[in-house]
Amino acid sequence: MAACRGVWVFAEQTHRKLMSVSIEMLGSGRKIADKLNTDLTALLLGHDVRDLADELVAHGADKVYLVESELLTFYHSEAYATIIGELAKKHRPEVFLLGSTSAGRDLAPRVAAKLCTGLTADCVSLDVDERGQLLQVVPAFGGNVMATVLCPRHRPQMATVRPGVMKTPTIVEGRHGEVVEIPVDLKQEDFNIKILDVVTEEPRAAPIDTADVVVAGGWGVGNIDDWRLIEELARSMGAAVGATRPPVDEKWASEDQLIGQSGKTVRPRLYVGVAISGAMQHLVGVQDSKVIVAINKDPNAPIFKATDFGIVADFREVVPPLADEIRKLR
Amino acid sequence: MPPVNSIVCVKPVPDPRRWSELALDPVTKTLRREGIPSVLNPLDKHALEEALRMKERFGGIVTAISMAPVTATDSLREAIAIGADDAVLLSDRSFAGADTLATSYALAAAIKKLGKFDLILCGNQSLDGGTGQVGPEIAEFLGVPHVTYARKIDLLDRGIVRVERALEYGYMLIETRMPLVLSVVKEINVPRHIPLMRISEAMQAEVRVWTSRDLDVDSSRIGLSGSPTQVADLFLPVLKRRGEMLSGAPDTVSKLLVQRLRELAVI
Repeated sequence: MAACRGVWVFAEQTHRKLMSVSIEMLGSGRKIADKLNTDLTALLLGHDVRDLADELVAHGADKVYLVESELLTFYHSEAYATIIGELAKKHRPEVFLLGSTSAGRDLAPRVAAKLCTGLTADCVSLDVDERGQLLQVVPAFGGNVMATVLCPRHRPQMATVRPGVMKTPTIVEGRHGEVVEIPVDLKQEDFNIKILDVVTEEPRAAPIDTADVVVAGGWGVGNIDDWRLIEELARSMGAAVGATRPPVDEKWASEDQLIGQSGKTVRPRLYVGVAISGAMQHLVGVQDSKVIVAINKDPNAPIFKATDFGIVADFREVVPPLADEIRKLR
Repeated sequence: MPPVNSIVCVKPVPDPRRWSELALDPVTKTLRREGIPSVLNPLDKHALEEALRMKERFGGIVTAISMAPVTATDSLREAIAIGADDAVLLSDRSFAGADTLATSYALAAAIKKLGKFDLILCGNQSLDGGTGQVGPEIAEFLGVPHVTYARKIDLLDRGIVRVERALEYGYMLIETRMPLVLSVVKEINVPRHIPLMRISEAMQAEVRVWTSRDLDVDSSRIGLSGSPTQVADLFLPVLKRRGEMLSGAPDTVSKLLVQRLRELAVI
């Protein structure tokens, strides 16, 4: 264990673009590596992705392990886990971070089991204690409780990191790093998993996770007709529309508009929650918003405990004049 | 098409409607969950439904398995009420305090003891911990492939399986072979409705309870001592906000809010 050195970040790419969480992890990974006085290494797997290595270095990586093969174009669970498992056994990192994405959440446990080490899921905060141990903060029970998790006797200390939570590091122009190519000779017939097709489906609404302003509606909206008021308010502010679980279940909104523990984390400069009572599993997904506004007719709704500005009213009465007032600013 | 024998991993979780009652013991830093009833993890019902549909189509046996305190017996009886043929509960003090790695290790050992299987089905993640790790870790310990985020499963001839795996931007169509582990998302099916009557009738059903002595396991790899991760601290999240309530007629309050938001330069 003493011989384990270095902080690793899985630099996930899709369609030859880095996932935003991969960049975000380079920011926190850099801080952890500096505290541990060690290097930050990014693992880049894909096909024809060499130019992404420069981006990783500019965002803080000291070294990039580059593994290229046509078979690695898309996330191939078996090939990725085999390659990364072998690299980790050889180089023995002390910390290994992966994004909490559909690929990261699939890859991380398979690799953790190969290495017989601990894995913490969906970290919202990472730090290093005075003994050099990774302090991993995760929400449990839908964010009603937070836990600090340690992995004292096993290495690497593995964690998946929730997208949109860590800040994106600024680019350092002219930063130098080493790109190490790992040659592989992969054949499809050596694997039990074969990717037949990758299909892109159009999301129905503007992506909430990158929006500057988010207007979200909850169960209290009541029906699809009144849901249009939420969409009208969002349009007036140029905002994306988000939702809690019930509107998604009722199909007023789609799954990719879900905010919270089981959906997306948003950190807009303004979040407006309409007819949302404020269950913890939703609030954990909005608490990094710069300003939070809530409109709810129940003065005892828990969301009012977590807002900057609250209005106790029936949203059907307040939303139309509010949208008008905002349009006047344009 | 030969029969398909499935093992469905299920987990009892505290009823989410009662989560606001979860309390922290300030001294021991442990979670007080007394009086909060357990329910079957919702996604596990989708996994069980998928196993039952395959059984109805191709024949075979569906076995539900869980590692939990002995109070979880009723959750496994519920799985039998829904349609499972057999149920096994791993329950022993030596399993207590297991993290996902130690849990997967014990479940994999129990699955080996159960013998030949074609499919292991899990919910993609639990409602309480939500890690989604146990499925892929079981697969690694058993040396079989796994597919997570499965939203559609087609069994073809000669043990070939096609799976639609949901992604952030669409889906991936994967071809693989049995035996394998599949973690399913809720889009995969609509679980059948089970009348409460049938559930209460099944409360007499037999559930096999295995301890660590029934399994071929290394005792240093189970329970708390076999868990690489440790919870060092539990705390309640702190939400600090201005908390200013605005009141007045709809027009007035709208103007007031817009003014406040302008002051903070967020609109």
